[in-house]
Amino acid sequence: MCLAVPMKIVEIRADGKGVAELEGSRHIVDLSLVSGARLGVYVIVHAGFAIETLDQEEADATLALFAEIVQSAAEDKVAQ
Amino acid sequence: MNYIDAFRDPDVAVQFVRLIAEQGRALAAQGRRVHIMEVCGSHTMAIGRYGIRELLPENVELISGPGCPVCVTDPGYIDAAIALAGQGAILATFGDMIRVPGSESDLTRCRSAGGDVRVCYSPSAAVEIAQSHPDREVVFLAIGFETTIVPVVSIVDEALHAGVRNVSLLTAFKLVPPALHALLADKEIKIDAYLCPAHVSAVIGSQAYEPFAADYHVPCVVAGFEPLDILYGVHGILGQVLKNEARVDNQYARVVRPGGNPKAQARIAQYLEPADAVWRGIGVIPASGLGLRPAFAAYDAERKFGTPVRVGRQHAGCRCGDVIKGKLRPTACPLFAKVCTPDRPVGPCMVSAEGTCAAYFKYTLRDERQGGGK
Repeated sequence: MCLAVPMKIVEIRADGKGVAELEGSRHIVDLSLVSGARLGVYVIVHAGFAIETLDQEEADATLALFAEIVQSAAEDKVAQ
Repeated sequence: MNYIDAFRDPDVAVQFVRLIAEQGRALAAQGRRVHIMEVCGSHTMAIGRYGIRELLPENVELISGPGCPVCVTDPGYIDAAIALAGQGAILATFGDMIRVPGSESDLTRCRSAGGDVRVCYSPSAAVEIAQSHPDREVVFLAIGFETTIVPVVSIVDEALHAGVRNVSLLTAFKLVPPALHALLADKEIKIDAYLCPAHVSAVIGSQAYEPFAADYHVPCVVAGFEPLDILYGVHGILGQVLKNEARVDNQYARVVRPGGNPKAQARIAQYLEPADAVWRGIGVIPASGLGLRPAFAAYDAERKFGTPVRVGRQHAGCRCGDVIKGKLRPTACPLFAKVCTPDRPVGPCMVSAEGTCAAYFKYTLRDERQGGGK
């Protein structure tokens, strides 16, 4: 019920709503609940509403941590 | 980059499973078992879909919590909705509610008997239905946790701005933190840590869980719904447990801010106020729900039509209440997969796509039959 997916804003309409894209499909999204919704920003969409913006720096930091975990496991293997 | 696939990378998953296995051995050396409650139904589904329960050490158990808003809706709520349909109202609802059992009937049977029940993907559709049927009353079945409450209460916002008066909400909103309090206060339930919901937390903020860490010494980790988010969350929880620490860690910082979403909180506060709520299987939890403020009584179906929601009656053998509280695994319910199946559900945990029983039926039943489950 609380599923929400990241979608990229590709258009801001005259009425303030956004058009957001996920894997090629476009959806009209209510942007009234988020600050900083601009073109190119990812928003988390639930039941037609953006409930938050996605912080790309934080996402990249988490992915970098995941990459480190894989890297250090590979080094452990070599060291054995 | 779509910020989905990167969080499903199997190479990273393998490493997390290995790290968690090491933690499991360290815990076993201390003779410890860890019960982690995943609060949210979307976590329950993801855990089932990706087989995460089977990837964890034997002494690390994931217990499903009360985080499916459909499952915790009392039968009396369905009874009230059916009564409103009987008075000629159009019922607009999320699809999950269609087969939830009331005391005597459900919305599917209500529709077969001539009731006008319409499924909406976005709550905004309720306002559109009201506009295209100015001579009818439209009642939206307003259920949900914090995530869903905001879009649903926006119906009132939209209706006020558009001058639409023939739409109203039958509210049964639920709040996550009061339920988490109630579960920790119940000594029969063993919870060592909370895997906190992703998008409820986007609204309320990770700070909302501070009391559970501080007062109950229960580690709380906010995690996203992708498989790597969940494994990372379990790893983070076990790290705290091994050091006997209890704090709130926000591991879904790409979406969740410490204080949550102030605009969403403001919209909730504008239209809604705290109310006692009935949870199926748990009973009344004080101030665990939200109702419309008196100023918006014209949009409150209970007040508008004088049809109060009363506590309903559930199937005598149904153990959904114990499943919701994490006291009983679905497979231990005598009705599970025998009398109660997704095709003929007896209890709401089997109805909802995110219900614990539906998740077990879909993803783990075959394993257990083949002796592959734990």
